[in-house]
Amino acid sequence: MSLRVDMEAIGDILIVRLDGELDHHTSEVLRSQMEGQINDTDVRHVLLSLKNLHFMDSSGLGVILGRYKQITARGGDMIVCSINPVIYRLFELSGLFKIIKVKDSEEEALHILGVA
Amino acid sequence: MEKGKMNFMELNFAARSENEGFARIAVAAFLSRLPLNLDEMEEIKTVVSEAVTNAIIHGYEEDEQGAVMISTFYDQYAVEIVIEDHGIGIADVEEARQPLFTTKPELERSGMGFTIMENFMDVMEITTEIGRGTRIRMVKNLVKNEMLCN
Ligand SMILES: Nc1ncnc2c1ncn2[C@@H]1O[C@H](COP(=O)(O)OP(=O)(O)OP(=O)(O)O)[C@@H](O)[C@H]1O
Ligand SMILES: [Mg+2]
Repeated sequence: MSLRVDMEAIGDILIVRLDGELDHHTSEVLRSQMEGQINDTDVRHVLLSLKNLHFMDSSGLGVILGRYKQITARGGDMIVCSINPVIYRLFELSGLFKIIKVKDSEEEALHILGVA
Repeated sequence: MEKGKMNFMELNFAARSENEGFARIAVAAFLSRLPLNLDEMEEIKTVVSEAVTNAIIHGYEEDEQGAVMISTFYDQYAVEIVIEDHGIGIADVEEARQPLFTTKPELERSGMGFTIMENFMDVMEITTEIGRGTRIRMVKNLVKNEMLCN
């Protein structure tokens, strides 16, 4: 049961691609890796791609909300893309959609953030 | 559930976070022959993960000496999952069930676990006693229309 975190910077956008399962156990790793990148670099916006995320529970909601607060405190924005239907319902129940923008694909999300 | 027509399985494991993945996959494997679609199976894995994580984080406050117990039953009508710990218990259950209520905001918990369990299952009951532990009983109906005829 593991989570692979792949991070790529395009300009001032940090793209974080998750592959695997995001639960209490794996959320610690994601939290520290993202926190480090956001603090140590000039990242302004975060694009979180959940295309290959096969499982997520409330621990994922907590770590995503935590990074949302971190990035918006610096005047940036967060967009989440490619969410599967069950994970979509978690976002819906928690009201996260009221604050976090969602797009179908990475291309659409990058477009919103000003990258062609 | 009717004795004789029911199948069951029990698990007892250490309250360690690396066992969360094991627990939800073990339950899903036990239920794999049932007529559940992919989304329903994901919902069951999610609620198992919620209750097991709660036992570890809240029940035992991350003391890995604790043990988590899962009992799973099914017959042709429904799946029943019971997840128990012998941890600290919950002082105010009504408050704990509220969406976004958490006693551990410093751990970046969102307070959504019970709301998710209620939404993804047909029944979610909490039995708890301070200092004794917590028991979560959840039911998912398999054949919704037939249930009404019974
Ligand atoms: N097994 C348990 N033992 C003791 N207290 C519990 C247990 N399960 C839940 N609680 C209490 O109920 C509260 C609400 O639980 P719930 O799962 O809804 O939210 P959370 O665990 O705090 O956050 P999230 O599940 O979103 O990460 C917890 O904050 C905790 O105080
Ligand atoms: Mg919880």
